[in-house]
Amino acid sequence: MSNFEIVTRTDFSDVTYLLEVRHPLLARAARPGQFVIVMATEHGERIPLTIADFDRDKGTITLVIQAVGKTTREMQQNCHVGDSLYAMVGPMGVPSPIGHAKKVLCVGGGLGVAPMFPQARAFQDAGAYVIGVIGFRNKDLVFWDDKFKTVCDEVIVCTDDGSAGVKGTVAEGIRLAIEKHPDIDECVAIGPPIMMKGSAEATRPHKIRTMVSLNPLMVDGTGMCGGCRVKIGNEIKFACVDGPDFDGHLVDFDDLMARLKRFTAEERMALEHWNDTCRLMKQADELAAANARNDPEHY
Amino acid sequence: MAAKKKTIRTIPQARTPMREQDPKVRARNFSEVSLGYGLDEALVEADRCLQCPDQPCVRGCPVGIDIPAFIQKIVEKHHHGAYDIITDTNLLPSICGRVCPQENQCEGVCTVGDTLEPVAIGRLERFVGDMAIKEGWANIPYIESSGHKVGIVGAGPAGMACAADMAKAGCDVTVYEAFHQPGGVLKYGIPDFRLPNEVIDAELDKLKQLGIKFECNTLVGRLFTIEQMVTELGFHAVFIGTGAGYPSFMGIPGESLNGVLSANELLTRCNLMRARDYPNFDTPLKPGKHVAVIGAGNTAMDALRVSLRLGALSVHCVYRRSKTEAPARKEEIHHAGEEGVDFNWLSSPVEILGDDNKTVRALRCVRMELGEPDESGRRRPVVIPGSEFELETDMVVFAIGTNANPIIGQTSKLKLNKRGYIATDENLATSIAGVYAGGDIVTGAATVIEAMGAGRKAARGMKAYLGLRDTESVYDADPAGMRFGIPRGEHGFARLRLA
Repeated sequence: MSNFEIVTRTDFSDVTYLLEVRHPLLARAARPGQFVIVMATEHGERIPLTIADFDRDKGTITLVIQAVGKTTREMQQNCHVGDSLYAMVGPMGVPSPIGHAKKVLCVGGGLGVAPMFPQARAFQDAGAYVIGVIGFRNKDLVFWDDKFKTVCDEVIVCTDDGSAGVKGTVAEGIRLAIEKHPDIDECVAIGPPIMMKGSAEATRPHKIRTMVSLNPLMVDGTGMCGGCRVKIGNEIKFACVDGPDFDGHLVDFDDLMARLKRFTAEERMALEHWNDTCRLMKQADELAAANARNDPEHY
Repeated sequence: MAAKKKTIRTIPQARTPMREQDPKVRARNFSEVSLGYGLDEALVEADRCLQCPDQPCVRGCPVGIDIPAFIQKIVEKHHHGAYDIITDTNLLPSICGRVCPQENQCEGVCTVGDTLEPVAIGRLERFVGDMAIKEGWANIPYIESSGHKVGIVGAGPAGMACAADMAKAGCDVTVYEAFHQPGGVLKYGIPDFRLPNEVIDAELDKLKQLGIKFECNTLVGRLFTIEQMVTELGFHAVFIGTGAGYPSFMGIPGESLNGVLSANELLTRCNLMRARDYPNFDTPLKPGKHVAVIGAGNTAMDALRVSLRLGALSVHCVYRRSKTEAPARKEEIHHAGEEGVDFNWLSSPVEILGDDNKTVRALRCVRMELGEPDESGRRRPVVIPGSEFELETDMVVFAIGTNANPIIGQTSKLKLNKRGYIATDENLATSIAGVYAGGDIVTGAATVIEAMGAGRKAARGMKAYLGLRDTESVYDADPAGMRFGIPRGEHGFARLRLA
């Protein structure tokens, strides 16, 4: 039933990897800012992943994933070219509005660099002057800086420790960009909540409209469960069907970050449980291999 | 065999009870609460039917099952015959026997019910349906293709019912479902102890045998639009049965605390995603130890009873009106009470209190009293001043209904009504020619059987639109014992001829 074949896999670092999955209909329908929900196995959970790129000619979509929890680590270990995902549904969410901004700041932090890419490209296609600001913890984690250069007029790379590009967070990059270009009329920021909060704070004094892409916990992704509700100004919105893009100056990031911690204990338990299982499996394999060596009759 | 005429005095006087799991035991497991009739019990209960000539039960059934005829077959111990009669009009007897509100339908008008308790028609239907599953019976009619392609959006009860009727009319039917499994609310919402998954899968299998194709992982609206289904994908008619699905919250302080969730989320995590088997299944749930569920409908009862089975020490139902006004089926409230649910009638939540970790610690409520009747005819609850009280709780579940799901509206030009539901005419036709809609996405939250009824009603409209002769009118014209002009005994299937 499931025929969501993985056609490319690239590892950017120990924790970050890219999967290109065949789904021609989805590649045709996808727009920047949308996401998919993936189940790696039949027993898996449904995890939302922002679409990092889509290729309508090849009929594929690209996902960039960070191995942080049980599911994403298991996928890192088990998803190879030729394998299939159990389920993938999308594109979900309202596509990002690509307006008529003349000068746009496209800010990506960590894993958020990936979903930022199709938006930067869309802005460039719409004729805007695009300034890319991409931030990482250190130079080993940097990816897609060359890809960004093909769709941006300027790219500022920031690293927390200064091992590549500008030293500091993306907020520092935003500050430099605004200093040089006071006429920036729109900013889009995608990344971890704390980074999007920092970006929204950096643009707030300059009154630059800032859109952020929120990543709360979800189950179905179709508005049915309400697990992804977020506070936007005085309103409650469901990120899956009302978003995921919202005005960064109205988002209650503290609320979002508290809600992301909802299953911390369970997630830790799942990861430990999985690590234990993996270790036992490995031991069993080693034992079987040793037995096979000692016993020539055993095959 | 000349049977003596039955009278109200000669039939077994008491309704045959259905065996149930002991409340104390079942409150901690997910196995089905009601165990169903055995052969003997079914025989005794079937004997209670008077075979009265005016058959009010048939008129009381939304799909018009020939109830006295199938009950007579049980009396004759010809169970396959009973199954044949039910499946002439209803493909899903195991589901309907369990979730139909029979007290308002067939059993509500039963002649025996005028004097004694009515015949347990639903339990007998379930008995026949379950036996068919166990024995592997399936009545798959010979279907002549009409050459029409029909697309159904949503594999829940409305979509399933519509798909079955359209497939029997010879259409090539494809059902699209956003989740990874078909079934809709039957799978994600109604818990296993009320409707086991094996029953749903068995009934879905029958739909597949009719030639219906299920395409899961397909979010219609976003992957392709309703308009594209008609223009590019070549569907001659489309039915939308996506359900309501956009849960309501009250807007009281503290709703974004961790531990506050909708009943839909709790039930989906537990039922469809199998969070109760965590960590063997990956979806987490963090079950509450002391759970408060707000609302008193069937969904609220499911949430309460699921919480008990997940190991909660106490579960509280909080409802602002009294037990009389509670919208849940009486049997559900009764079952929940037996299992240990604490009902707080005439209580309304005002605030959810949290601890330093932004996690729920208590629910603050006020007591209500009933005042004058409001526009719905129910007495309006009024706050009693100074009656605040707190319930210690670490999980608060909202089961107070749903709003219209926005996806289809966002992605099509379909006309919506003021509340955001799809606008239809009396035949369930929407503003786009050939596109029909029914179930919760038209009416707002309702019951499974009402959704099935809407699916079948839309199917009648779609058949008329496609110029197909309605098989039901063919059936109505046939003399008793005949089906489409052929006596039943001569063949094991029904032949559908289309004009």
